[in-house]
This record gives sequence, C-alpha cells and structure tokens, in this order.
Amino acid sequence: MDFSYSKTEQLFLQMIRSFAENEVKPLAAEVDEQERFPIETVEKMGKLGIMGIPVPKQYGGAGGTVQMYIMAVEELSRVCATTGVVLSAHTSLCMAPIMENGTEEQKQKYLPKLASGEWIGAFGLTEPNAGTDAAMQQTTAVDAGDHWVLNGSKIFITNASYAHVFIVMAMTDKSKGTKGISAFIVEKGMPGFSIGKKELKMGIRGSATCELIFENCIVPKENLLGPLGKGFNIAMKTLDGGRIGIASQALGIAQGAMDETVKYTKERKQFGRAIAKFQNTQFQMADLKTKVEAARLLVRSAAWKKDNGLPYSADAAMAKLFAAETAMEVTTKAVQFHGGYGYTREYPVERMMRDAKITEIYEGTSEVQRMVIAGHLFK
Amino acid sequence: MNIVVCLKQVPDTTEIKIDPVKGTLIREGVPSIMNPDDKGGLELALRLKDQFGATVTVISMGPPQADVMLREAYAMGADRAILLSDRKFAGADTLATSYALSGLCRVLDYDLIIAGRQAIDGDTAQVGPELAEHLGLPQITYVVDAKLQDNGHLLVHKENEDSTQVLDVEGKCLLTVLASAFEPRYMSVSGIMEAYNKEVEVWSADKIDVEETKLGLAGSPTKVFQSFPKAMKAPGELHEVSEEEAVELIVAKLKEKHII
Amino acid sequence: MDKKDYKNVFVFAEQREGVIQPVAFELLGKARDLADVLGEKVVAMFLGCGIKDQAQTLIEMGADEVIVADCPELKDYLSEQYSQAVYQIIEQRKPGIVLYGATTIGRDMAPRLACRLRAGLTADCTKLEVQPAKEEGFMDLHSTRPAFGGNLMATIVCPNTRPQMSTVRPGVMQKRERDPQRQGVVTDFAPKFDTSKFKVRLVETIRADKNVADISEAKILVSGGRGVHDKEGFGKLQALADQLGGQVASSRAMVDNGVMPHECQVGQTGKTVRPNLYIACGISGAIQHLAGMEESDLIVAINKDKYAPIFSVADLGIVGDLHKIVPMLTERLKREMAQ
Repeated sequence: MDFSYSKTEQLFLQMIRSFAENEVKPLAAEVDEQERFPIETVEKMGKLGIMGIPVPKQYGGAGGTVQMYIMAVEELSRVCATTGVVLSAHTSLCMAPIMENGTEEQKQKYLPKLASGEWIGAFGLTEPNAGTDAAMQQTTAVDAGDHWVLNGSKIFITNASYAHVFIVMAMTDKSKGTKGISAFIVEKGMPGFSIGKKELKMGIRGSATCELIFENCIVPKENLLGPLGKGFNIAMKTLDGGRIGIASQALGIAQGAMDETVKYTKERKQFGRAIAKFQNTQFQMADLKTKVEAARLLVRSAAWKKDNGLPYSADAAMAKLFAAETAMEVTTKAVQFHGGYGYTREYPVERMMRDAKITEIYEGTSEVQRMVIAGHLFK
Repeated sequence: MNIVVCLKQVPDTTEIKIDPVKGTLIREGVPSIMNPDDKGGLELALRLKDQFGATVTVISMGPPQADVMLREAYAMGADRAILLSDRKFAGADTLATSYALSGLCRVLDYDLIIAGRQAIDGDTAQVGPELAEHLGLPQITYVVDAKLQDNGHLLVHKENEDSTQVLDVEGKCLLTVLASAFEPRYMSVSGIMEAYNKEVEVWSADKIDVEETKLGLAGSPTKVFQSFPKAMKAPGELHEVSEEEAVELIVAKLKEKHII
Repeated sequence: MDKKDYKNVFVFAEQREGVIQPVAFELLGKARDLADVLGEKVVAMFLGCGIKDQAQTLIEMGADEVIVADCPELKDYLSEQYSQAVYQIIEQRKPGIVLYGATTIGRDMAPRLACRLRAGLTADCTKLEVQPAKEEGFMDLHSTRPAFGGNLMATIVCPNTRPQMSTVRPGVMQKRERDPQRQGVVTDFAPKFDTSKFKVRLVETIRADKNVADISEAKILVSGGRGVHDKEGFGKLQALADQLGGQVASSRAMVDNGVMPHECQVGQTGKTVRPNLYIACGISGAIQHLAGMEESDLIVAINKDKYAPIFSVADLGIVGDLHKIVPMLTERLKREMAQ
C-alpha cells in the first residue's frame, strides 16, 4: 500500500497550490461579496490545462488522473470553494459522462473545447419536483424524426449562465419509469433553450447557479448521450464521480479553515498568551485535524479506485458524507475560535462556513449518501 | 537561438525560523525551491522562445535532489536539463561555482546565458558576473526587459536605483534578471505529465572543461570564519513626553540607526 | 602572488552623473578606520568624465590619495569599461583591501573584478574589521554579512588571497565629518582600453518615476491608521515620507473607508513589508496589521493610546498626537538634513 504522492503528483501539487494561493485566493472574498463568477480564473485554468486534467491527450486533455483532478479541486476549494465547484461540475458532471458514454464523434466534438476551457460544462438533472427523488423527471424529450424536442425546466444548475455544454436528463418514455429517462448533450444557443433566474445563495456565491428552460428546444439526433433509456444510469454513475469532486471540495474547505485557525490561534493573544497554547484549543484542533486526514484518505481511496477501474460508488458516497460533515464541523469551530472576528467578513472563515453547508446538500444530500452506503451494505 | 539558463535550488528562506531557545536556524521542514530570480530568468528565456523560437537548456550545480527543480523547469517549457553533480564541487564559493558552470557552458552551444540576479540563500549576486568573466562575455545585470532586434542584437533594460538604462548588446552575452520583472508562468498540466518522461542529464566534473584545482573548497578564495544568528530584537522603549522632546527622540533614533 | 606586496585600503568612489554617491563617503569613513588599525593609507579610485575637480572632496572625507581616471569612455557606468580601468589600477597598485558600495554598480563590477583578479569577494557587508591572521605578521579583513534572508549572519575571510574585496550596503557605515584642512595626493591614471571588448552600448537612460514604486520594495514607510482621520492627515505623512525619501502606507481601516488606495495597505489582507524604517502613525496595531510589518528593521510608533498594541513591536514608541508631532518632525528633519 502506498499512500505517498507520485513524483508527478508532487509536481502537480506544487503548481496547483501556488496557482490557488496567487491567482484564486486574492479574488475569493470579492467573488463571494459580489456574487461574481470568476471567469478570469477559469480562463487561466484553461490555458494551464486544469480544465481538462483527466481527459486523454487525444481529446485535447492533459492525460492526467482522477487523483490529480481531485487534488486540484481540493487546493482550489481550500482558498475559494466557488472556484472548486466550477471545476468539479465542469469535469465530473459534463466531461466525465461524455468520456464514459459519448460516441467517438461526440468526444471529438466536445472534449477538446471543454478540456481547453474554451467551453465550460454543466449538468442538468434536478427539477422543482425531482430533487433527491431524481426519478420523478418531468422534462420530456420527444422524437420528432430528425431531431429531439425537449420541454421542461431544470433548477440549481451550477455554471449554467457561463456554460456552453449541458448534460441534460429528460423523460423519453414515461411508461418505463427510470428506464424511460435518456441523457442529451445540449448546447448553449440551441433553439428553445434559455437560462432562467439566478439563485441568490448562502455560500459558493460566485458560482452561477441558474434555472435551465426548455421550450420546444430542438436538439439534434446525434446529441443523445449513451443508449436510449439509459439516462438514469448515466446520471447516477455521473453523480458517483461527482461526489468524489464534492468530497474534495469539502476537504479543501475544511483544510482551508484549519489553516486559517492554526494561523489565527497562534497570533491571537488572550489572558496574556496565544490561544493556541490553551489545551481546549489544542484538543479540539487535534480532533478536527484527525477528521480532516480521515476525510482525505477516504477521498483519495475513492479516486484511486476510479483511476484503477474498480467499483467506487459506495466509496464516493462515504467520502462525500464524511468530508462534507467534517467541513461543516471544522468551519463552524473555526468561526468559534476566531470569536467576534470570525463572524465578520474580515476573516475568510465566515465565508468558509457558509460555503461548507452546500457540500452536505448538492450532488446528493448527506441522507442520500447514507442511502447509497446502506444500499451497498445490505445488498 | 540557444539559450542557457542557470538555476539554483535554494531553501525557501521565508520559511526559515530561528529556534527561540537555542538561537539556531531551523532548517528542517523548510521546502527547497527554484531560486526566484532564476525562475524569472527561465521565464525570460521561455518568452524569447515563444516570440523568436529558441532551445532552452537549463543547467544547475548541486546535489542529486536538485532533480525536482529541473523537472519543474521541464514542466514550464525547458527543452533540456543538465545537473552538474560531483563531490569535487563541494564547498565552492561563488568564484569556484561560477568556474564550474563556465566549464559546463564551454562545452555547450549557446548564444545567450541567463542567470538570476542573486540567490535568496546567499544574496551575493556574484555568480552571474563571475560566470560572464570566466567566459569572457559581456554582461548586463539587473535586467527587467530584453528583446531581440532585427539586427540580432539584444535591446536590454537594466534597472538601477534611480534610473533604467537601455542597452544594446552585440553577440553572445550574459544577463542577470530580476524576478519582479518576469512573473514566471505556472507549470502546465501537460508539461507536468511529461516532466518525468524526459531525461535530466547528470554530469560529473570529468565531463566539463575545467582544471580540478580550481573547483570546490580548494578553488574558493573566501572562507566562512563563523556564522551566528542575528541578534534578537530588544524590547522597545515607550515615552510619554512633550511633542518637542518626542521629535528629538525620534531624530536621535534615526541617527543612531544611520537612517539620516 | 605574495601577500606582502598588497597594502593599503582602496575604495571605489562611485559617482553618478558627476555626483559622488553618499556610499562613497561611508566607505571612506570605514576605510579610514581599517587603515588606521593597519597603519596603511586610504586610496580612493575615482572614475568618470569631467570629475577631477571633485577629487579634493574625497580627500576631505578621509582619503589620503585619490586616483582619478577621467576620460570619455568612463562617462556613464558600463561594466566592461569600468572593470578594465579598475582592474588596471588594482594590478598596478596592489591594494590589500578594496571596498565597493553594494549598489547596482558595485554589485555589477566587483564580482567581475574578483574573477579577473582571482580574489575573494564578500557581498553586502554590514560590518568590517581587521583581525590578526593565523599566518604571523598578517592581518585579515573580517567581513560580516547577512545570509539566509537575514536569518543568519556570516563572517567571511580570505586568508590566502589578496586583495580582499567587499561590497557594503549603503547606509550601513558612518561617514566622517568633512575636514576642509585635510591634505592628500591626487594621481591621474590613464587606462589602456581594449575597445574590442566593448560590446554593450548605452542607448538611453530613463529616469525612474517615483510614484509607481511598490510599498513592499520601499526602504522607508510612513504608515497611517484611523488616527490620521482623512486625506489631509495623510498629506502630513506624505510630507514626512518625502523628507525621508520614503513612501506612505496605510492600515486596512483607511483603505476600507476610501481614504487610501488598496496598493498602500499593509497587513494580512494587504502587503507584507520589511523596510529599514516603519513609522506607524495613529495605527492601533491589530494583529493582522502587525503580521504585515513586524519584521521591519526599525519601528517607530506614534499613538495617543499608550495601551495600543503597536507599541509591543515598536523599537521607539511615542505616546502623543501625530497631527502635531509629524509636521514638527518633518520640519526638524528638513533642518537636520540641510546641514
């Protein structure tokens, strides 16, 4: 068993950490405050190949691993959870299903532009009446001979207003239940497709979370992704992968809050000594550090399985469940350690606590993760 | 154009702490990095490569651990990497170091040599000019901009305390550059994926054009007599006095510290 | 090389556009101390074009002899021209010690010469003294300098080679009082240039624009906090900064309320600075501010509140009203520096 990073991964970590510190961190507070999508950062990430880490070279990617991709999500989220989720949704929820289910033509058409960051990707599954119960899809796709016609809407779609390519689930045969759901590749600008209202959120406020609206939207025949009626499977498998990304985001947020708290408690003096010297601080921080490391091992193990073609569905669910709950706990305590300052926007832990909450909710709530884990356990 | 860039792996001195009890340097856990000015030099070389086409060879003298820094140079876009590593170089001061590097440069085909202004562990700024002298090359130090002109000359901006000199240099030369003027590019992900598939050539003293007696400790005119940690800051003084007295106190302090 | 042949303390007396740089006088002051211990002479090397009439100034500042190389080739500093001239002087006169300012000129030329002479060179020294060498009858120059980013001091010697050369940071050594009665010798020196080596041509010189300077590069910062109140208050700080040749910086509070631009902010969310002098005016010293400036060499704090945390890191703390003290200090410095 080898827990160390490979030499290539170490080099990558050096790069992504310095990119996060120098390019992402300085914008984090502003992106949050102004609810602004960090488009300039995404452009820089595209040029460096960060938007296409696990995409094979033949499709314009860097030919890296899932392990490297989740390292990127962690390091970005450590300083800015918004930037972390932009990359996670783009990679796990849009490029991955195309890589795993796309035809050669679809891969050739979409992956190079997505991997280079010229196009940003998004994923549309959730609907007003189909959240955790994703099978209740009401968006429909009707075969109109030489094209598909989509009707309905999707909500809470990450990257929506900046994305060019959307993986969209729609019901092609209601009578078959989940087996009647199919996946489509929808492009920005297709007739009848529009972006609806933008959500005002508690955290990850820079990510563009919007509604997708399909009004007799015309989608070419060749944009069906995977076999007809396999959309639900594709969506669930995509979310399995996505959960490793969100687990990494949560891990990054937790690590970022740890870093800030260690720094602050060493500097902040009360009763004549640094608060890091108090046993209460030390014991609580020791517990949090242990949880963060445990989360990291779960996340890396799930990514390792995915890289090696092993089943990872339960691993991804456990990683996300534990990392998300750890992020919430660490950030809440980080704010407490910062006292009054922690409740102000002068210190990033305030933002981190707001950002952490979503990791317990999206791409499957913590309750859904427990269902998935139990499902594997009692199978 | 063939460009040689000199790189040094250095401890990140911003991470060095003083042991508060023993008063000694804590070097453990201090990361090793590519010296910032040298990285600026590599960036200049890569910009010239982007604009005019060039082969960029990075060279370094140091222990085998410097390999990782040369991989970083590959991931940034360097074409060839050579590490001079030999016990015979041990204990070299700047003169012996620059001599060894000159021996390496003499067996390479180059049009331009770029070095960092100075390394953050030594801050001497001597290796660049000494290397130029060993090779009989013209030098321009404190470089903040360099462009290749149509006539093949370089047009170089050199930053001084109070001015910038614009200099035209004909033929082969050596530049030493400031990190602040050349914000280095990041390694690209595809460059990182390739970095360990390339070869870092490790050369010993036999492979370069030098006289052994001028290498290492024996070839170094300077010796470290002693080293000691910088004195700790004494607790400050606080005065509650009239404005006139306050002004005199400040003036006296500025004089004491040779600020005025 | 016979060490016995090398005698006297030489100083490269740097001038720019005909103006002798302060560091030249500082070096003469230190050279005088060293030469007096050694029982040797202080010799200034003075290179330029149309500068000869200033040689007497160098004598009055401590030189026993000034070697003047006054010719068109040496009008502007260029590495090769100057290196050839200084090399020829050293070869001919064989000094035991040669000192240069650790300026962009000194740090460009001294290593080039060290290599040509196969001599030892110690950069950026903050302390110089002569001590008896192991070899009887000789004295060695002990040059002390910071290393490892200032975390460590190292004393360097060159026991086997001569001359012993050092560059010295400007502002470190003390110049002597000028003595108009001092007598000395002015010697002309005509370098024999190998012009085939002149490959670098000066196209033009662009004066630096003072306003674009980065506070993290500044040697002197006058920084203001809430106690400065407004733009007018910062005007007083600017006047002081101008007088000291420094720049104005600010705490976060004065950036947030729009009085100062963000580029001027010192602290956790601003810049980390490490100037030679940091004058904190009306800054209480929240930890996030201290984190950005506590490494400054000399910290002077002026604050009305004697319990302000800024005083815990200040070398000199003044409890008082900055609005009175700062303008008075500026005036006082104006008189001081005019002398």
